Amino acid sequence: MPPFLRALCRWAFVILVAWPICLVVLGMNVRHRNRLPRAGPAIVTPNHNSHLDTLAMLTLFPWRQIPKVRPVAAADYFLKTGLLGWFSLNFVGIIPIRRKRGADNADPLAECYAALARGEILIIFPEGTRGEPERMQELKSGVAVLASKFPQVPVVPIFMHGLGRAMPRGAFVPVPFFVDVYVGQAMVWNQDSAGGDKRAFMAALETNMRILGEKHERPEFD
Amino acid sequence: MLDAYAGPVEKGANAIRQGIETLPTPKFPEAVGYAFLGCYILLAVVTLTIALLRRRNPARGFNELRLRVRSFWFIVILATLALGFARWFSIFCIAFISFVAFKEYLSLIPTRRADHRVLFWAYVAIPVQYLLAGSGWYGLFIIFIPVFWFLALPMRMVLIGETRGFLRAVGLLQFGLMTCVFSLSHMAYLLALPEAGNPQGGGVALLFYLVFLTQFNDVAQYVAGRLIGRRKVTPSVHPGKTAEGLLGGVAVTIALAVLLAPWLTPLSVYDALGAGLLIGFGGFLGDVIITAIKRDLGVSEGDSLTVGHGGILGRVDSLTFTAPAFFHFVYFLHY
Repeated sequence: MPPFLRALCRWAFVILVAWPICLVVLGMNVRHRNRLPRAGPAIVTPNHNSHLDTLAMLTLFPWRQIPKVRPVAAADYFLKTGLLGWFSLNFVGIIPIRRKRGADNADPLAECYAALARGEILIIFPEGTRGEPERMQELKSGVAVLASKFPQVPVVPIFMHGLGRAMPRGAFVPVPFFVDVYVGQAMVWNQDSAGGDKRAFMAALETNMRILGEKHERPEFD
Repeated sequence: MLDAYAGPVEKGANAIRQGIETLPTPKFPEAVGYAFLGCYILLAVVTLTIALLRRRNPARGFNELRLRVRSFWFIVILATLALGFARWFSIFCIAFISFVAFKEYLSLIPTRRADHRVLFWAYVAIPVQYLLAGSGWYGLFIIFIPVFWFLALPMRMVLIGETRGFLRAVGLLQFGLMTCVFSLSHMAYLLALPEAGNPQGGGVALLFYLVFLTQFNDVAQYVAGRLIGRRKVTPSVHPGKTAEGLLGGVAVTIALAVLLAPWLTPLSVYDALGAGLLIGFGGFLGDVIITAIKRDLGVSEGDSLTVGHGGILGRVDSLTFTAPAFFHFVYFLHY
């Protein structure tokens, strides 16, 4: 598909699907919107509770940037069937990655490097999976790998609350709830990795995301 | 055998269709036109006064006042747009307000994960209730949420089978549906009332009368409280509310209710006194009750869910009381 057609598809998806669902049906309360990256390359790392997370993230960026905003998603899930794969690649604009290294031992993040080199904004859910709604899980280290290769690229932690209530794993109809989005301060590899340690960087990222989540006193969820 | 039921079903569908087809003509009553003009003049005067005060006294920014006035500009413009077109569009707008208020309520309260589908069904009540209001099917409008949905929601909930927190979950849900949907939908029903009941401008004029007085009452109580307020009425719920503010505000509201009644309503002077009294005290109660709920849930006024505009629940809190109270007052006397 030629690039301009793909951009059109992505606009159509965000404006006709993501905006009505997230801005009218749900409603977004974004704190510190100004901390979002104005231009790529950049990485934003939200927590993951629901399929709606990707839609919500796409509504955070101005419409001009949308073709350059790329959600990173699991190939084994989204490319399972042809139609879902075609839709995910062209309309949602995902970068598919394999969660397990294949037989060819290729670097699963290769496409992410290319995207960052092109100046795109990656959305990476560092928890890797949706898991239990509204509970944060241990982070995978992919973000640190990317950050170490691109030390200038800012990593922006984001905490979202409410989407797991609106559409938890296993549900198919979203139920309207207001969504709270907290945007954290950008992190940079050289400052936050304690001299190049990937584990230290991930620990700092996890702490930052938790602090964002703790800012909001939210109703209990059982 | 099913044929036996075809009759009633068809009858119901016809009732809704006819009700909507016979909605009062979308003609904008002259009286309401002048009333809106009055609102715009009032706002323009207030805005100019603030601008002059700022020039005289640049040290004080009057920022809070300016923000309030600006939000009133928005409200009046939106209200003009909502009421200025077809009647079904006005009803849709009120339904949307109900939807956002209910969504805000649900986001504030604790919910159980097991109830995801029950919450969906609770939302379904909104379009149904407003369809009934818009079609003027009074008998079903008045029992749909308090009877049918009151029974249907716990039924759906018990089928899921989670008993832990059952009563709390069902009670919280019913309260939200009653305040945010049932109460507010009385505003929509005003628009479906027969035109003949109010020669001064039909349901639109009544709706304007209700909303204007409710908003004015909020402001009057606030101003009276600031000027002469001393004794607290609800110290533990809302320390800002004073007896002097309440009574002063109600007095101003009653005066205005009597003054406006001949232009917008079929109410006599004594009826209007009653309406002013209802709206004055009702507005106060609605406000304090929503404040009590927010306190119970640990939400402070400043840290509202909807950043920037104070939340819709805080905007419609007075109306959750005044809308049904005023509706049944007028309905009993003139329809």
